[in-house]
Amino acid sequence: MHEMSLAEGIRGIVEDQARRHGFARVTRLRLEIGRFAGVEKPALAFAFDVVMRGSPAEGAALEMIDLPGQALCYDCAEVVELADRLDPCPRCGGGKLLPQGGDEMRIKDMEVL
Amino acid sequence: MCTVCGCGTARLEGQDPHAHQHDGHHHHDHPHDHSHGHGHDHSHDHDHGACGCGHHHHDHDHHAHDHHDHHHHGAQGDLHYGMGLAGTSVPGMSQDRLIAVETSILAKNDGYAASNRRVLDALGVFAVNLVSSPGSGKTTLLCKTITLLHDAPLAVIEGDQQTSNDADRIRATGAPAVQVNTGKGCHLDAHMVGHAMDHLRPRPESLLFIENVGNLVCPAAFDLGEDAKVAILSVTEGEDKPLKYPDMFTAARLALINKVDLAAACDADLEAYEANLRRVNPEIEILRVSARTGEGMDLWLAWLRRGLAAKARVEAAQ
Repeated sequence: MHEMSLAEGIRGIVEDQARRHGFARVTRLRLEIGRFAGVEKPALAFAFDVVMRGSPAEGAALEMIDLPGQALCYDCAEVVELADRLDPCPRCGGGKLLPQGGDEMRIKDMEVL
Repeated sequence: MCTVCGCGTARLEGQDPHAHQHDGHHHHDHPHDHSHGHGHDHSHDHDHGACGCGHHHHDHDHHAHDHHDHHHHGAQGDLHYGMGLAGTSVPGMSQDRLIAVETSILAKNDGYAASNRRVLDALGVFAVNLVSSPGSGKTTLLCKTITLLHDAPLAVIEGDQQTSNDADRIRATGAPAVQVNTGKGCHLDAHMVGHAMDHLRPRPESLLFIENVGNLVCPAAFDLGEDAKVAILSVTEGEDKPLKYPDMFTAARLALINKVDLAAACDADLEAYEANLRRVNPEIEILRVSARTGEGMDLWLAWLRRGLAAKARVEAAQ
């Protein structure tokens, strides 16, 4: 996707938070990434290391927490959990599913000094 | 540099690139509301179950959960408060402050998008974000659409990495257009679109077409403040395109299957295109069109007019 752009977004938020709370350094940062968010996690980890240089989060440990992908099945009308965007409905085998969440990309929290 | 997309070179055509760098933003006319999503105000006292004492040197910053800034028990039973990082005993937590952020990585973009949306709603402008791969025929379709709409009020924002070729093509139809060159950026963001809107000043109850950078991946995630994303895919691209790039077709309200005049020559199975679109998005509307022959264009124009009429009703109700 655009992991470099996402890393820039993270840096912006880190810098905002540093101004607001007056911390100098982020030592650990936790993200929540939905399964359908289209984020390539190794690419984001790489971009994170590069983009955070010179910011309070330089050298911070990055942790990514997976959030499940859910979808509404149009055949059985149930909200089901999907491992993969194009999987069939695990209840009825139906193939028409509309994602209901799972596209989250959030900074959950950070540990700071 | 833009904090949303990281592209430092985005610029509006004909402008000094440095005049529109995003870091020093807010030289805009339109109201940028920065009320978006900056976490929550959580300032609680935390009783520390671990040691049973209720008062500690918590920093009562707004937004901060200071879970780990508690005292430490020294070797002789001394209590050391506020030592912070040194020797905290919580497994896996070596730091003294934990800040709950709970902010979307795209919060900044989403804030700009909300601001764009307020401007468009107040004017009763129906805005569509045209997304596709490069070469699907977006610009040709748009030129044909403008010609068929005759003198209906409309404006166009053209996004490309480089050149003003597309805006030039649009302006040749007589419609006002602003080119946004994203430089290395792979998508338009809401901040760029807000800028372009300042320059275009869309008329009340008009159509606004935003032709995104040709890319079926990144633009799916970036809300621009539009009313609908319209995905264009052409019969030369393959029936499985929606399965390969499901996010974009999930985000789109309407899909236009373009170049249907070439369907036979490409052995394209239009039913398979539609089935795959509905598989990734059961609610998507689908129209088959050819910008070249005009086939299906009446249905597309009717869709646009319905959208505009609905938007004008909302504006009137306000």
